[in-house]
This record gives sequence, C-alpha cells and structure tokens, in this order.
Amino acid sequence: MTPSSDLVVQTKQLSKIFRVGFWGKRVTAVDCLSLEVRRGEVFGFLGPNGAGKTTTLKILMGLIYPTSGTARLFNMDMGDPRAKTRLGFLPESPYFYDYLTSREFLRFYGHLFGLWGAVLSKRVDELLELVGMTHAKDLQLRKFSKGMLQRVGIAQALINDPELVVLDEPMSGLDPIGRKEVRDLILRLKESGKTVLFSSHILHDAEVLCDRVAMILKGRLVACGRVTDLLDQGASHQVELVVDRLTSEGLDHLRPLTDKVVMQGDRMLVVLKSQQQVGGALEIIRSAKASLVSLNPQKGSLEDLFIREVKGLQRPPENRA
Amino acid sequence: MKILSIALNTFRENLRDKLLYNLLVFALLMIGSSVLLSRLTLGEFHRLILDLGLGSINFFGVLIAIFVGIGLVSKEIEKKTIYTIVSKPVARYQFLLGKYLGLTFTLFVNTVVMALGLLLVLYAQDVPVEGMLFKALALIFVEFMVITAVALLFSTFTSATLSAIFTLAMYVIGHLTADLKTFGAKMDDLSRGILNGIYYLLPNLERFNLKGHVVHHLEISGSDLMLIVVYGATYTAFLLFTASLIFHRRDFR
Repeated sequence: MTPSSDLVVQTKQLSKIFRVGFWGKRVTAVDCLSLEVRRGEVFGFLGPNGAGKTTTLKILMGLIYPTSGTARLFNMDMGDPRAKTRLGFLPESPYFYDYLTSREFLRFYGHLFGLWGAVLSKRVDELLELVGMTHAKDLQLRKFSKGMLQRVGIAQALINDPELVVLDEPMSGLDPIGRKEVRDLILRLKESGKTVLFSSHILHDAEVLCDRVAMILKGRLVACGRVTDLLDQGASHQVELVVDRLTSEGLDHLRPLTDKVVMQGDRMLVVLKSQQQVGGALEIIRSAKASLVSLNPQKGSLEDLFIREVKGLQRPPENRA
Repeated sequence: MKILSIALNTFRENLRDKLLYNLLVFALLMIGSSVLLSRLTLGEFHRLILDLGLGSINFFGVLIAIFVGIGLVSKEIEKKTIYTIVSKPVARYQFLLGKYLGLTFTLFVNTVVMALGLLLVLYAQDVPVEGMLFKALALIFVEFMVITAVALLFSTFTSATLSAIFTLAMYVIGHLTADLKTFGAKMDDLSRGILNGIYYLLPNLERFNLKGHVVHHLEISGSDLMLIVVYGATYTAFLLFTASLIFHRRDFR
C-alpha cells in the first residue's frame, strides 16, 4: 500500500458518459477507472485512439466533469486551485495563441501563476534554453513548425516548476529527432524529481520511458503495473536459434523441442518452446556437429500484450473468462 | 490580476487581428464620406454629418463587438488554447471576465479613434461641437458593452456562426423592443403579458440612442443619463453572470 501522501494522482471508479447527437445517445468514454500515480515516477497511459485517454486526462485537469467516481490530485479534490498551482499540462496537438511570440506566450502563462518582472524573465529564458528554443524567442508562434510548437508547449507546462507534469500524446506528429528530444526531456524531468504522466499510443516510447504503465481499452483498465512485470507476465519465453548445416537426423531429434522450423538453404531458424529446452537443443546441435550461429531469447513487448488484450476484448464475453 | 492578464492578452490578440483594422478603416471612410454626401444636400449638412458620423461609429462598433466577440470563447475552445488556461489556477469566470474586459478595452480604443475622426470632420467643416455629442458617444459605448456581453453569452454554448446570427438578431430586436410594447397594448391580456415579458427581458438598445438629441439639439437630464448607464451596466452584469454559470458547467470536449 502506498502512503496517500505519495499519491500524486488517484482516481476511484471514475466514469464519464457523453451524450452525443440529437437524441442524446449515451457513449461511455471512461468506465470505472481506478488509477494511482506515485511521486517521482514516469507513468505511461496507453491505449489505442479513442480509448478514453484524453478524456481521463481532461477530467484530471478540470476540463471535463466526471459522471461518477472521484479523481484527486496531490490528495486534494478536483478543482482545488492549490492543486493546479503544482501542475503542468500539455494538451494534445495544441495550437496556442499564434499571434504571440514565444517569449510573450510564456510570460502570459507566468502571469497566471502570479509571476512578474525579473523572476519571470529569468524563468522564461531558462525554459526557452531547456527546450532549445532560444533562437526563436521573438518569433510569432504562427510561424512555428509542429515540433517547435510542441517544445514551447512543454515549456508552457513547466512555467510554474510543477511537481506533476501531464502530457497528452507528447510524441504524436513529431519526427524521429523531435520524439527523441521529447523522450530526453521526460527523462530529465524524472531526474529532477518530477512526476510525469503521459498518454501515448506509441508503445515503444512507453516501454523505454515508463516506470509503470496503465493500458486502457474502451474506457476500461485492462492492465496496470511495472513495465517489466507486465512484459514477463505475458511473455512467451520462446528462444530463437539459427543453426548451420544440421543433418536431417539431427533435425529429427530437435523437432520435438521446437514450435517452428524455417529452412533457408543450409541454414535454419528454430524456435524453441521455452527456455528449458535450450540445454537439450544445444546438446543435439553439438552431437550432430552443426554450428550454432545465434541464440536469441524472445522478449515480449508491450505491443504483444496490447494486441492480446485487444483481441481478448473483441472475443464474445462467454469465451473470455 | 489574472483577469487583467487575460484581458491584456485578449487586447493584444485584437490588436493583431486584421478584421479589426478593416472595420476601423471602413468606419473612418464612412465618417469621411459624410462630407461628400453633405454637398448633395441643401442647408442641412450639419445634421447629415452628425447623423451619418454617429451612425457609422455605432454600426461599425457593433460589428466589431459581434464579430470579434463571438470568437472570444469559441475560438479558444476550437483551438484548444483554453485547455492550457483552465488547467492553470484560473477560475473559469476569471477567464470569461478577462476576455470580456479585453474586448471592451479594444472597443474603447476604437470608439476613441472613430470619435476623433468624426471630430476632425466636424472641425474641418466648421460644425459647432456640443456637449450632447459626447453624451451620445458615451451611450454608444455602453451599447457596445451590452452587445459584447450578448456575443460572449452566446459563444459560451454555441458555435461562432450561430452566436453571430443570434447576436445580430438580438441587436436588431433590441432596437425595436418599443414596438413590442405598442403592439401589445392593442392585444388581449395574455398576448400583452407575453409581449411585455419579452420587452423587459430583451435589452432595450434604443435607450442608448441619442443621435436624435444631438441632431435636433435636444437636452437630456443628468439623472436620465445616469439611469440609462445604470440600466446598461446592470443588463451587462446579468448577461456576464449567466454566461459564467453556463461556462462553469461546460465540458470542454
């Protein structure tokens, strides 16, 4: 049990039902979601497009009111202005005030936190430096590329030196360099002791960055925990071997241990059922005087887990158990 | 302080909006053209310049109030800029009031510029300037404040296009409400009740119109003038309060 003072974000049975269209059809965007984000961790909030990630973040930011359930930031009720002073938020594909220059833009947000004068100027310069935008400080935002906008957007989220930084899809729409920069920035925030909560549908980013992740599908939590635990849980533990010049006799011995054998001329790719088979397989290869080219334990990825969960959800409920 | 920051930012947004300058240039052209038109009339050219000048200031000011006003909130929601504001320690009503004050300040500067244009024309044409002209200008500005609040109210719950249509309709009806009462007087009790209700609910914008007084050299008492200003301020406060209530409950999807 985490002490409540260490809980930065906490939602309990959070639900949001939207009414859409003329007849007010009910659409459940978030369904009984209970989450906890602890101090100092990088928390990834994962799910496909339309899973309810943005809606959940918007509820936390006070942009949307939940239909039922509670959400607390820093152990304070939603909408408490004290919680908002300790928070930084970057919305998904933001546009911002394009008639402002980046410096005016950051100064404006500083004013909203009661920062003025020399203190603010110093903070703005530091932030522009941090996100590498010093060269464009007097350029109007309308002339910015998407990557530049994302960077001043992050600077905007950090203006009050927040304890919790919430980023909605910070990597989407960026080129590989831009994505790497955002990744580095998130790691730097973690180093400086901040809690980072970000949503993404790019699982690789989450795998690299996050301490813990939550996966949601159709508004429901389907998996939550440490990245390594989740990967172990669902991983197949298969091992891939590449072998040269294995005789057909040797292959016959090997076959019972394998899941799959792919022949490519003299070379073959062998997939072992589990790591327990490795010793036996190596023995057979040695006695058949074949040579081992490579041995790769197959690591599960969040993507595998994700696809499994999606498929599980699409199956009719009686088969799910 | 936060309200003021948002107001200043809104003012800056308005200043960098091309629409504003287009409308302002047209207003000044209209005021200037009254000189040409007055050449076509016999004797009454003082009246024409004053009438057309004040009319232009009123008309273009209202256009600015409506077309900049409707974008105040709906544009922020559309462009998602509001997400970054509401997630900061800023209450929603503070945001709304800041936007309102910002545009009001823009309108004030515009009214001053247009009034200076009119004064210049009057001076060039040797038309005597009376105190009543300034009273009329002040009430025109009060009318702008009411119209801006109407535009803001609509834009808290509907799209920019619909708010423009509604506000424009409100402006037109607002100048005709006196007819509702006259009309009602000739009908049965129920209809008269309904029409009277509408009459009191809708803003009576004709009260802010002192053009006739200026042109025909009529006087208005200080207390009457005060009453009209208080009426405008109360109505504006009512509109802003309603807008805040709606805005507070709104989900930003």
